[in-house]
Amino acid sequence: MSYISKPRFQHPQLKTNDLGLTRRDYEGTLTTLCGGCGHDSISAAIIQAAAEMSLEPHRVAKISGIGCSSKIPSYFLSKSHGFNSVHGRMPSVATGANIANKELSYIGISGDGDTASIGLGQFCHIVRRRVNMLYIVANNGTYGLTKGQLSATADLGSRTKSGEESLYDNIDLATLAIELGASFVARSFSGDKQQLVPLLQAGLTHKGFAFIDIVSPCVMFNNTDASTHGYKNTWENYVALSEIDFVPMRTEISTSYAAGKEKEITLHDGSVIHLHKTGNNYEPYDKENALHHIYEYKKQGKIATGLLYINQSTSDLHELQDTVDKPFNMLSNHDLCPGNEVLNDINETFC
Amino acid sequence: MKPTNIADPNYFHKVVDCQWACPAHTPVPEYIRLIADKRYTDAYMVNWHSNVFPGILGRTCDRPCEPACRRGRIEETPVAICRLKRVAADLKSDIKDRLPVIPKRKNGKHIALIGAGPASLTVARDLLPLGYEITLFDRDPVSGGAMRTQIPRFRLPIGVLEEELHYILDMGINCRFSEEITSMKALLSEDYDAVFVGTGAPLGKWVDIPGYEEGKKNIHTGIEWLASVAFEHVDSIGKQVLVLGGGNTAMDCCRTSKRLGGEDVTVVVRSGFDEMKASPWEIEDAMNEDIPVLNFHVPKRYIVEDGRLVAMEFEKVRKEYDENGRRLLIPTGEDPVILPCDDVLCAIGQDNSFPWIERDIGIEFDKWELPTLNKTTFQSTNEKVFFGGDAALGPDNIITAVAHGHDAAVSIHQFCNKQDLSIRPDPLTTLYSQKMGIHQWSYDNDISNDIRFKVPHAAKDKTLKDLNMEVELGFDEEMAFGETMRCLNCDVQTVFTDQLCIECDACVDICPTDCITFTSNRDETELRQNMLAPADNEEQDIYVSDLLKTGRIMAKNEDLCLHCGLCAERCPTNAWDMRKYLFNPAKAENACQS
Repeated sequence: MSYISKPRFQHPQLKTNDLGLTRRDYEGTLTTLCGGCGHDSISAAIIQAAAEMSLEPHRVAKISGIGCSSKIPSYFLSKSHGFNSVHGRMPSVATGANIANKELSYIGISGDGDTASIGLGQFCHIVRRRVNMLYIVANNGTYGLTKGQLSATADLGSRTKSGEESLYDNIDLATLAIELGASFVARSFSGDKQQLVPLLQAGLTHKGFAFIDIVSPCVMFNNTDASTHGYKNTWENYVALSEIDFVPMRTEISTSYAAGKEKEITLHDGSVIHLHKTGNNYEPYDKENALHHIYEYKKQGKIATGLLYINQSTSDLHELQDTVDKPFNMLSNHDLCPGNEVLNDINETFC
Repeated sequence: MKPTNIADPNYFHKVVDCQWACPAHTPVPEYIRLIADKRYTDAYMVNWHSNVFPGILGRTCDRPCEPACRRGRIEETPVAICRLKRVAADLKSDIKDRLPVIPKRKNGKHIALIGAGPASLTVARDLLPLGYEITLFDRDPVSGGAMRTQIPRFRLPIGVLEEELHYILDMGINCRFSEEITSMKALLSEDYDAVFVGTGAPLGKWVDIPGYEEGKKNIHTGIEWLASVAFEHVDSIGKQVLVLGGGNTAMDCCRTSKRLGGEDVTVVVRSGFDEMKASPWEIEDAMNEDIPVLNFHVPKRYIVEDGRLVAMEFEKVRKEYDENGRRLLIPTGEDPVILPCDDVLCAIGQDNSFPWIERDIGIEFDKWELPTLNKTTFQSTNEKVFFGGDAALGPDNIITAVAHGHDAAVSIHQFCNKQDLSIRPDPLTTLYSQKMGIHQWSYDNDISNDIRFKVPHAAKDKTLKDLNMEVELGFDEEMAFGETMRCLNCDVQTVFTDQLCIECDACVDICPTDCITFTSNRDETELRQNMLAPADNEEQDIYVSDLLKTGRIMAKNEDLCLHCGLCAERCPTNAWDMRKYLFNPAKAENACQS
């Protein structure tokens, strides 16, 4: 970690958003991760995404588990709510918070250890329950915090810095999320903010469970040429299924694209995702197509990235459970104990 | 864009804005760090080698460095560079043992210097250690030139002046003071190997309007009057004084008048307040002494009654711009303004004057009566004669005169060694890493957020009564330290090695001022538009790398870089490194070494 704090001086022409805030207002404390860690780029991307969307910091909750990845909520949106929870248990805490207050935007931060190993069961169930949140996995294929053992997302044959080879096939969290019913699934790379930022914005806007698996190299323990999660391999082998732009609600759409080259997806609040075709002619609405593309690229040693799958017609947890609209802390005594008459009405339904 | 050539000595020099702007190219951040370390004597010597008169300049410099200071672009005010220079001079210990050793055996060359001001003394300082014999002429009985005659003692105490003059005079100069050269031809017929003219711009101008002849007993030119005060020929002035002009001489005139009995002193300028040529701090100091400045008043006539000046008449004007954008002063049509006065000081400019240089000895002059010079070598059209300071290019300032002196000394040394003057010696540069540990640098990269410290002043009721009492007290040790911490260390350069970069974005993410962008290569105009944050200050370069592994380039906008080193701290591969760049222009001692 650096010994000095980041100087408060900023570019005098830094853009302000609709709230009058600059990107710098969305920062957190100075990172304590290793220099060059992909996770810091994810923090920076979240900062940029939130600032551009004019997210109100106090309307955001950041929840994480344990690991290098789970430290990063400290490094962005310092004016938001935060909960650094138990290893692999971020999904439970996020679900609870989400039930208690559906009005906030939820950002879950986890890593490959936290999600694909100790927290795999929790992960499966939060996907299945369709909690309305953005779930981010900073995926480096290694246990960086314990100095570089192979994690469950390490690809078969990939090697750690100490030379240990992965003997098992990896758990692919994106395909797992698609299988389990996530309604927004994407994959990206910490080094490519042009792709990552609009994906984060789309994921934050999407109503339902949004999942982004981000290849985020561990510069210290998993960045050799023999690692499939290092910078070199990722830069060489990642393939964007389509290029993405995000246009938030309220913004006039001024860019024009050549007909037939582009797909528009309007989200529930009026924001629009633009997908520019890259030659793949990729359709993100079909689960099987998504899985097929991911597997096909994987066979060639490539990493398929971009918006892999989206389905806007599923209901989220609140709709399924018919939950109360008010946040729990806003419920009055009368809401919680509506009186004898209501009780009688309920009892009568059992007659 | 082509990859930046950082081997060009000017590339990183330009990043050190203060040093680049300084005519003598004093390594400013270097001496500021020494002051922070309480190494005042070392800081003084860095200055002394570069600008020769640190104590004098620390009080009187025009400070071209300060408007250039990068700090002024990231917040409101630049570092108080000039005042820190004074701190080095005030707090240093004895430097005599650090002065250059003057060889007993001379090199057989004899140089005449005319005028004992900053330009000539700089030439003497640079040439004496090389074994030259120097003869210094001045029409005044003492040395110092404009530093003595034009700058009042309440801005520059006599002790400070004498001390720094004597460091040079004591090197062994053959001084011929009170001796005015009246014929260059005669001088050239003597046996000098070269002659240097540093006679300044000694001719004051007066406002020649009706009534001048009748009232001229009480109408003075600013510089001559200031010189008379400096030599104690004048010790009083009338109660009501008008000072015409808006430059630094006008400010010195009005403040001096206030101390010599002027009760009602007013500065009157033709144009607008914001067009005044005086340094803002000198205007501020004058106004602090309750001296009003009337602007848009054009002098029309001197009013003389019974043979004595009693008032001046002014016409009020307003500012307009014509279609070419030229500023015009249009009379407002109001009644003329009559301002009563006992004395008028004209500080509207000064001219060069070379009546003593014959026009048939090969020294050509241009239409402004300035010598025709090679502006790099300062050699005139007579190869033996060199000019410097105000005498060379017209009225400027002390630090410019010093810079001319250094360059002329190089030329004279080359000339005496029969070398080609057009081949200038290379500057002396070093660039070396400041890395001490993973996150430790041998400079303090934790920038202070303090705003500029204000220099304390002595009590006004005391200073206004004493012509010799210095107004500015200078920073004390604690304030000086606070001010040094504001310096961004712009000489500690961000050096990028493209082969090492793994394009992890760590530097982009940490940079507080969004200087760094990784993008596809394009021409400069387009690249400036595609930077992460606006890069529209075209005076500041974009540092561009060669192609990286992904086919992109690294582009860094030098404009707002805080030199905090966080890019290098976060860089996992040392592709970024913080390296201190020391730049010193070559002096005479570095010329003719081959």
